Amino acid sequence: MTTIYILWLRQLKRYFRSKTRIIGSLGQPLLFLIALGFGMGPIYQQARGGKYIDFLAPGIIAMGIIFTGIFSGIEIIWDRQFGFLKETLVAPTSRINIMLGRTLGGATIATFQGLIILCISLFTGFKPHWGPLIPVALVFIFLIALLFTALGTAIASLMDDFHGFQLIINFLIMPLFFLSGALFPLEGLPKPFKTLIAFNPLSYGIDGLRQTLINVQHFGILTDLLVLGSITTIILIIGSWLFSKIQL
Amino acid sequence: MNHNSIERFMNSAKERNSEFMENISSENSNIIEVSHLIKKFGDITAVDDISFSIRRGDIFAFLGPNGAGKTTTIKMLTTLLKPTSGKILIDGSNPATHQDKIRRSFGIVFQDPSLDDELTALENMEFHGCLYRVPKDIRRQRIEELLKFVELWDRRKDLVKTFSGGMSRRLEVARGLIHHPKILFLDEPTLGLDPQTRNHIWTHITQLNKQENMTVFLTTHYMEEAEKIARTIAIIDHGKIIAQGTSAKLKEQTGAPTLEEAFLKLTGTSIRKESADVLDRMRMGRRLWRRKRG
Repeated sequence: MTTIYILWLRQLKRYFRSKTRIIGSLGQPLLFLIALGFGMGPIYQQARGGKYIDFLAPGIIAMGIIFTGIFSGIEIIWDRQFGFLKETLVAPTSRINIMLGRTLGGATIATFQGLIILCISLFTGFKPHWGPLIPVALVFIFLIALLFTALGTAIASLMDDFHGFQLIINFLIMPLFFLSGALFPLEGLPKPFKTLIAFNPLSYGIDGLRQTLINVQHFGILTDLLVLGSITTIILIIGSWLFSKIQL
Repeated sequence: MNHNSIERFMNSAKERNSEFMENISSENSNIIEVSHLIKKFGDITAVDDISFSIRRGDIFAFLGPNGAGKTTTIKMLTTLLKPTSGKILIDGSNPATHQDKIRRSFGIVFQDPSLDDELTALENMEFHGCLYRVPKDIRRQRIEELLKFVELWDRRKDLVKTFSGGMSRRLEVARGLIHHPKILFLDEPTLGLDPQTRNHIWTHITQLNKQENMTVFLTTHYMEEAEKIARTIAIIDHGKIIAQGTSAKLKEQTGAPTLEEAFLKLTGTSIRKESADVLDRMRMGRRLWRRKRG
């Protein structure tokens, strides 16, 4: 428990100390909110009715979470290069606890980042339903955060350096984000495209967020929780296993 | 029985007990035993069938040119790498099966920096103390003592990224001692330090070796350091141990006046080719960059 706590604390300290990182990682979601939210708003209203910003905001919150999560997971490569990983790996404590502490720390940061974007989106005109489902929205935010931090940890355990980083972002993270229904409604899409989206775990996270924040659903909240929860567990297990295999 | 006699009784019991314990441990007075250790990376044999043993309380220097297999050996002894074959016993246990027990028994100062730059000196120390489950009061007390000793107590609240190379090294040595290890591994701990800092670090380490009977396993490229500090020396080249003994014995064996000359006679004067992996290149880049900065 101490191990988990101290590694969690370390992630938090590092995060809150780098103000530039916090502000920097808010830039992209903010741009999406403004450019897409205002740019596509009128078309959306004509085609479907309702405000696009309300539909978009949960997707952009998820976007902020997944990028922060992936980055904190991938920070292990950083630790490996700057030598700090060795310090933790020679300590008399299980690798699983190290991995869990780090991942929980990263997930906490990503959750926090998601909440900041939620606050910002309120200023761009987002109006969530302030109801009893708000705590469930927090659960979804945390689950998405945990999933992507664990994914980052798993990937970082396989990589020696940052050369493959661009590859991961462009061929894994970006597709996961764009093919998740974060930006568009899933109704009326071509069948193969829809199937593709149904295989993306993030789709369920975003659907869950949308349902709890603006009461619009596609898969249903229970399916969302079930799929997201199980995928997160699986990725955590795979990540722990890969992390325990690291040799320096 | 009055108070004094109880105390006397307790003391004599303690003495008997410790004699008994010593008898047990003297049966196995070697704290490190390595036999036929081999490590291969693909086709390259980094450590080629080496055997050696280190007595409890010894100061053992492992010398060799770059790329001879020193760091690989240390990594295997400290559970970071699994040997291809061969046997290691540390304090009577096998690193492969008693990982946690062994990890608790040693402290290590790595060849490359291993501090968290974004944390303060105190936080780095606390982190280590927590990982090794040193109880809070003892942890606080030892950290204060150690930081005062390495003269970093005044800077304890500064981020490590503001530290010079020598300060970071001192902090790493202090950190490796928080959990009172039985063995201290030092992989080129004094690389790039000025003579004052080197002297300071070695004085403390030899003092700990005497007081706590802490075994020290060190590698260094400074032969005069090894000659001065180490009681036993092993010279490794191309993954094999080619000579072993006291500094005097090695000099006698080669007929050289100094350890440095004995070392050169044994290992030759040609400069070694080193294969740098990605990590090494990265570190080199970082070192250069740091140097440029300050």
